[in-house]
Amino acid sequence: MNLVVRKPAGGIDAPALTRRAAELRGKIIEMSHAAQAAHLASSLSCADIVTVAYWHVLNIDPARPKDPLRDRFILSKGHAAAALYAALAMKGFFPLQELDTYCKDGGRLAEHPPANLLPGVEAATGSLGHGLPLGCGMALSGRIKGEAFRVFALLSDGENNEGSVWEAAMFAAAQKLENVCVVVDYNKWQATARSNETLMLAPLADKWTAFGWDAREIDGHDVGAVAEAMQHVPNGSGKPVALIAHTVKGKGVSFMEDDNNWHYRAPSSEEVAKARKELGLA
Amino acid sequence: MRNAFADELTRLGDEDARVVMLSGDIGNRLFDKFKAKHAQRFFNCGVAEANMMGVAAGMAMNGLRPVAYTITPFITTRCLEQIRTDVCYHEAPVTIVAVGAGLAYSGLGPTHHACEDIAFLRSLPNMVVVCPGDAFEVRAALRASQQQDRPVYIRLGKKGEPVVHSGPLAEFAFGKAITMARGSDACLLSTGNMLPEAIEAAHALEKQGISAEVVSFHTVKPLDETCLSDVFVRFPLVATIEEHSRIGGFGAAVAEWLIDHSVTPRQFIRFGTPDAFFKKSGEQEYAREVLGLSGHQIAAKIADALRQG
Repeated sequence: MNLVVRKPAGGIDAPALTRRAAELRGKIIEMSHAAQAAHLASSLSCADIVTVAYWHVLNIDPARPKDPLRDRFILSKGHAAAALYAALAMKGFFPLQELDTYCKDGGRLAEHPPANLLPGVEAATGSLGHGLPLGCGMALSGRIKGEAFRVFALLSDGENNEGSVWEAAMFAAAQKLENVCVVVDYNKWQATARSNETLMLAPLADKWTAFGWDAREIDGHDVGAVAEAMQHVPNGSGKPVALIAHTVKGKGVSFMEDDNNWHYRAPSSEEVAKARKELGLA
Repeated sequence: MRNAFADELTRLGDEDARVVMLSGDIGNRLFDKFKAKHAQRFFNCGVAEANMMGVAAGMAMNGLRPVAYTITPFITTRCLEQIRTDVCYHEAPVTIVAVGAGLAYSGLGPTHHACEDIAFLRSLPNMVVVCPGDAFEVRAALRASQQQDRPVYIRLGKKGEPVVHSGPLAEFAFGKAITMARGSDACLLSTGNMLPEAIEAAHALEKQGISAEVVSFHTVKPLDETCLSDVFVRFPLVATIEEHSRIGGFGAAVAEWLIDHSVTPRQFIRFGTPDAFFKKSGEQEYAREVLGLSGHQIAAKIADALRQG
């Protein structure tokens, strides 16, 4: 057996996490502006969750990105790649300057995370509904090999439209994958419409509960609440954990919040300056 | 082929702790021995092939050697995007084993036929496409797949097909076709479960004084280019034989190779299924007769072509 001695998560430093999340949002906004890339609002809605994962929860070492015992974080909503890239660079998986190559010709930072190319990216995502099945396979490989790492998969709410998500949900429950945690970034929008007016997700937590998961609803922008929930995986229930994180699309910038035009729009330099000021970064 | 697969898989599972078996809720009792020995490495993934393929990829990305198995259409077209994105894009060493290739399950109807899978699978980067011709080729192909650091697709027939080889194939390698019988007038390149029909065709031709070479061309991707270079020089007529659509299959792959290498065949015939669903009831033998894929029909067409020169 190759059991990991997990570094216990320390006390939750909510002010520091909040500050870090603001810095992450600033990077994401600058990247979106420089590349004129879409999916800015989707990246902002999950910025607090990504921050908590990388700066509080995950047992990872940027110097050893392939460590077999590392926790796995799968950005199943691959369209929020900017949030993942910024977090990985800020953590030191690759140089911060490489963020300037986002979406540029010949770079490693495409609009969706690539396979086997960039340190820290666990899986190539972008087509929705793939991250959880992959994560279940990773979790089972850990069980078979005696490696007690955890798997976190961050899903969008629109991603819950995909049948493969629910195939994997039933599979994970049957296999009692208690070291698997899904976080749903429930910002109530998908690409072109309100989520619940497209395919009815509600009551989303009840659905995950009915599928055999230990599901609970949290405020996805309350870093303390997110940290508290994510750090207790596995949580003793014997079930995989689903965190339905209520979020606001475009969170952190007043003129982007809950305005779905920012699913596709990229900010001007004036809008970047205004956003940075609101985030306390100016 | 099916029982040989299950038996060889059990042996591989004994030898290598990385071998994991994933089944799409088929093979009742088929894997009992594997399950008895390696309960921790057997997963019935249910009737949820998209998830099964993603799970297999996740395992392979973390150092295991999963083998994912169910009926051909369900483990190819049903979850094609998972094969493409999760398995091939990540270069994950998943072995995909399909049972009931072509018209093997003819009686079950077109939902269970598979005459398009080679076309889909061979277009995917990093994928090896293998169609074993008998039970010994199944064993050798499965064993060879475990030596690869990339995805492999193995296309099985069903159970109880004629065994053509006389024993285990120590020299088996992907991309290296096996000459079954030497000949001089025509060359029959057969892939997959059509091998017994190709051999029957060669016997029928022999009775007419026509000497046919028979090759088990088990690997459709990568092609055995050495073999192709040789046979199109040596033979006035070359035929490809497959239980798969003529669109995109083995014959199409050979036709592409001919064009790309500026090789002009003297005569080239592609035996395969037509661009249509086979809707009538009836077993595989009947379907092959209707579609002109039986050994004696293949022989007749080749003899005609040679006579017309």
